Amino acid sequence: MNSDLGWMAMTTLLAIPAGAALLLAGLPRYRLGARLNAGAALISLLASMTLFWTQPGANVYLRVDDFNIYLIVLNNLVSFTTSAFSAGYIAHELETGRLTPKHLRFYHAMYQALVFAMNLALLANNIGLLWVAIELATLVTVLMVGIYRTREALEAAWKYFILGSLGIALALFGTILVYLAAQPVMGQGLPAMAWDQLLTHAHAFDPALLNLAFIFLLLGYGTKAGLVPLHAWLPDAHAEGPTPISAVLSGLLLNVALYAVLRFKMLMNANPSALAPGPLMAGLGLLSLLFAGFMFYRRGDIKRLFAYSSIEHMGIMTFAFGMGGPLANFAGLLHMTMHSLTKSAIFFAVGYISQVKGTQRISTIHGLTATHPLLGWGLVAGVMAIAGMPPFGVFMSEFLVVSSTFAREPWLALPLVIGLLLGFGTLLWRLHGIAFGESQGANMPGPAPVTALPMMMHLILVLAAGFWLPGPLVAWFQSVAALLG
Amino acid sequence: MHSLEFDIAHFLAGSMVVISLLLLYQDRLYALLKVFALHSLALTLAVGWQAYIQEAHHLYVTAGIALIFKAIVIPAALYRIVRRLGIHRTLEVVGGVGRDMLAGAALVALAILVMLPVTAGTDAVAREDLAFALAVVLLGLLLMVNRHNAVSLVIGFMSLENGLVLAAAGARGMPLAVEISVAFSVLIALIVIGIFLFRIRERFDSVDMQAMDAFRGERRR
Repeated sequence: MNSDLGWMAMTTLLAIPAGAALLLAGLPRYRLGARLNAGAALISLLASMTLFWTQPGANVYLRVDDFNIYLIVLNNLVSFTTSAFSAGYIAHELETGRLTPKHLRFYHAMYQALVFAMNLALLANNIGLLWVAIELATLVTVLMVGIYRTREALEAAWKYFILGSLGIALALFGTILVYLAAQPVMGQGLPAMAWDQLLTHAHAFDPALLNLAFIFLLLGYGTKAGLVPLHAWLPDAHAEGPTPISAVLSGLLLNVALYAVLRFKMLMNANPSALAPGPLMAGLGLLSLLFAGFMFYRRGDIKRLFAYSSIEHMGIMTFAFGMGGPLANFAGLLHMTMHSLTKSAIFFAVGYISQVKGTQRISTIHGLTATHPLLGWGLVAGVMAIAGMPPFGVFMSEFLVVSSTFAREPWLALPLVIGLLLGFGTLLWRLHGIAFGESQGANMPGPAPVTALPMMMHLILVLAAGFWLPGPLVAWFQSVAALLG
Repeated sequence: MHSLEFDIAHFLAGSMVVISLLLLYQDRLYALLKVFALHSLALTLAVGWQAYIQEAHHLYVTAGIALIFKAIVIPAALYRIVRRLGIHRTLEVVGGVGRDMLAGAALVALAILVMLPVTAGTDAVAREDLAFALAVVLLGLLLMVNRHNAVSLVIGFMSLENGLVLAAAGARGMPLAVEISVAFSVLIALIVIGIFLFRIRERFDSVDMQAMDAFRGERRR
């Protein structure tokens, strides 16, 4: 009975976004479209929350377990709040003529298609299906990034397209290799691509083939997760697309790609003679962190600045998961959640800021706390949180990463701390110029206070997590951290 | 001794590698397109042969998609785009033929050296197919790195993707092979139709600046 309800919830998670995408594609009225978009996201969110009670289990295509359930809920939560933010954001884009109602129809349909693709990727038990879902998400986001049709937007979309396709092409090769490793042990057919069955048989796979597969998968999905040196598409795509999409890209899609890497890491861990995936991931993570730290200095575009911050934080997570062990994995999971919430809140603020100032150039944005207190202080709170200032949840997860590194590999802690401090210092320095000082340039009236609700909600969650994590959540992160190995 | 089945599979997959090498030094776009169509034709035959020897009927669908879509429709569409942009006479700088061939040969050797030892456990057809497939993928990457023109980039990507389809077909009994090749075709169709048409129609932003000027001259509006 319970599991029937669970399957219903899972079907809802896929059917609602897919159906909404089709409906919105044919709906000419954009206001109704924006509402329907938020409504569909809300239904998906509620359906995802019922998964906690109904525990649907697994078949060869789909699966819900302790690991993905929290990412599914996070995914649908952020896509709901972003759809609410997007409703206010696009109304303004329409007024300024950057988008037409026809574009918006397309935009809303694509938004739901993206939610569908991400839900499918997270629910997938089949590694082929996982690949198809991530490919679909890439396609949809390419279309969204290029939606403004300016020269820069098309360039960004093109770059994202080429690099993203290369990434998923490599990931497909890795997927085929995993199947080839599994096939002599498990026979032909669908079970040899089902992740849970792969995991139980992984100890018998040919380690050499599995190693090669993991290299391809790490490079492939790592490109999608924006790890340095495969990150080149990320800043452009974030800067040139509509801001709600930047929020979803940063907060959710990067997580989905990292989630895919982690699933394969678990397979590698299950095979004792395969290469240890940890050092590779920790290395890439550290490189991303340091690189992003140095890149903060000379960024002129406010969205690009925070795109580099996403690279930094994906680096921290990848490093934490690469270190492995209960504490570091716990920190990585917590950081994934905190980063999603904080970064999307920052992009909500940045979206409105670029609208009221009519520009994304940092050099022309000053003194926001005086002219637009709500946005200005919201941004201040968001940046303090993402930089890792104490009362916020990000501080806690970063602290856990650093302390577990000190306990186990003190030498690695040195570059880690340098990277964190670099990011911290530069972000706060840039923030000072943006939030304080003499206001310059155009100052359009800010959005109505009610539209800041999604941003506020995220920040309050992050702040609350810094003071107190609910007991069940902690227990659950611990059990997933143990699963990750 | 190898069977005839194996020899034919080997020949077809090997011919894809050879055609990939041919792609490397084509400096005219029309020639590049024609060689690419040939590449897809070789893929069609290779996948069709795999379908026959594995008795996997769904692979015929994959072969059909390769034939209709990648050997005919896409090259024809790109042909039109190249003509309308007026860049068919452009000579691309592709470095030296010798240098490219050496790099290509090195990549093929690398693919074989990497794949053959690790796949010792699997059956011979899959093994050889996979080594050739990796070679085609790497040569596709080399082509993409070498080119600046968007049309050549797309062709590089598609030849890389042909290699992936070959790998998927060679992995005996791999599920979802058809779905994956469909998903890939959608992706390619999207690049070709979407981005190109938007570029041309909405911004007159071209694949390269010189060609752009010529294109503007032709427009009468």
